[in-house]
Amino acid sequence: MAAAATSDAKRADVLARAHAVLESVTDPELPFLTITDMGILRDVRVAGDAVEVAITPTYSGCPAMDVIAIDITTALAKAGFDNVRIHRVLSPAWTTDWLSAPAREKLRANGIAPPERAQGKRALFAETEVACPTCGSNSTQRVSEFGSTACKAHYRCLACREPFQYFKCI
Amino acid sequence: MATAQTNPHYRYLLRLADNALVLGHRLTEWSSRAPTLEEDIALSNIALDLIGQARALYRRAIALGGDGDEDHLAYLRDAHEFLNVQLVERPNGDFAATMARQLCYSAFAVQLWGELARSNDSELAGIAAKAEKECVYHLRHSSEWVIRLGDGTRESRERMQRAIDDIWMFTGEMFEVDESDRAMIAAGISVDASKLLLAWNETINDVLAQATIKRPADGWMISGGRQGTHTEHLGHMLAQMQFLRRAYPGATW
Repeated sequence: MAAAATSDAKRADVLARAHAVLESVTDPELPFLTITDMGILRDVRVAGDAVEVAITPTYSGCPAMDVIAIDITTALAKAGFDNVRIHRVLSPAWTTDWLSAPAREKLRANGIAPPERAQGKRALFAETEVACPTCGSNSTQRVSEFGSTACKAHYRCLACREPFQYFKCI
Repeated sequence: MATAQTNPHYRYLLRLADNALVLGHRLTEWSSRAPTLEEDIALSNIALDLIGQARALYRRAIALGGDGDEDHLAYLRDAHEFLNVQLVERPNGDFAATMARQLCYSAFAVQLWGELARSNDSELAGIAAKAEKECVYHLRHSSEWVIRLGDGTRESRERMQRAIDDIWMFTGEMFEVDESDRAMIAAGISVDASKLLLAWNETINDVLAQATIKRPADGWMISGGRQGTHTEHLGHMLAQMQFLRRAYPGATW
């Protein structure tokens, strides 16, 4: 009993330390957001002497996923975790609704308009009202649905004239 | 070992993956030469989504006991082993032709992935749920261009009409159901593609009407891509896509 309790406590400790390390891993395209902020980190487990990390891609072809996997392995290795296994999970599919409230604020502070809440299926030509992250005006215009990364669209503000990026809602 | 000949599940996944890979590669051919910088970025983004979908589907196929890895499937199969519909291998042509092809495929893909999100193959369902969201963006993008070009100048309208006329006989194959498909439908892994035609028609009719483009008559439709019969264009595309891997086996970078 005592031995089991000790091993449980030890496992909880290892898990807490692994979590703390993973808190420091950021999205390479949005370095002010951690993978927890983004909702990319789905699960952390300790199995024997291995740490198992489950991550989910934001977009199917997101090239940042490979970098994130390397960053996770490196960060954990530096903290003494040599046996790291990374699983990619696709279900349930990532949604912008998983972005935490602080993450939305950090996006805005960095000049990227945060995504609107997903509202089921959108009509084919439904326009989204996006507020300018610089001046707050709703008088904005979409330049292109596809921006510098898979997850962003390109907008401009008609009030302050600043171009900005909008984190697309999926 | 699972092969496309012996395992209908594997065959179905390859059909889905090959559609995404071939169309994705076609779109990369626009990189650095699209009409505007925004379009260059848009088409590259769409290509990235499609190639990402293909990779996930190849990985799923290999997990069923297939040979090799995703690179093997993409780079070391010959044209007759590709099971994509012929629509997606059509050359880019002018921008109108690319948008016509994209509209026809995306309108189908949104319906298909929406249904496959409920597949009994939970991995496939996960891939589909993500792909559907991405393809909604692709559909809106191509729809807007078809409308803008169709309802545009005389020249853009003529080109858009020609593009739709030229692509039309390649659209029927997406809705085909063969013996191999029927086994997958019965198993709840796949869906009956012929039943997606109604919703596809609704989308296409709506977009073409807004674009003031005349919908071509449904005549004879091209078939065979899903069985490995392709136009000569696929061979040319693969020659470019696969050259490096074949010339330098095992190369890494």
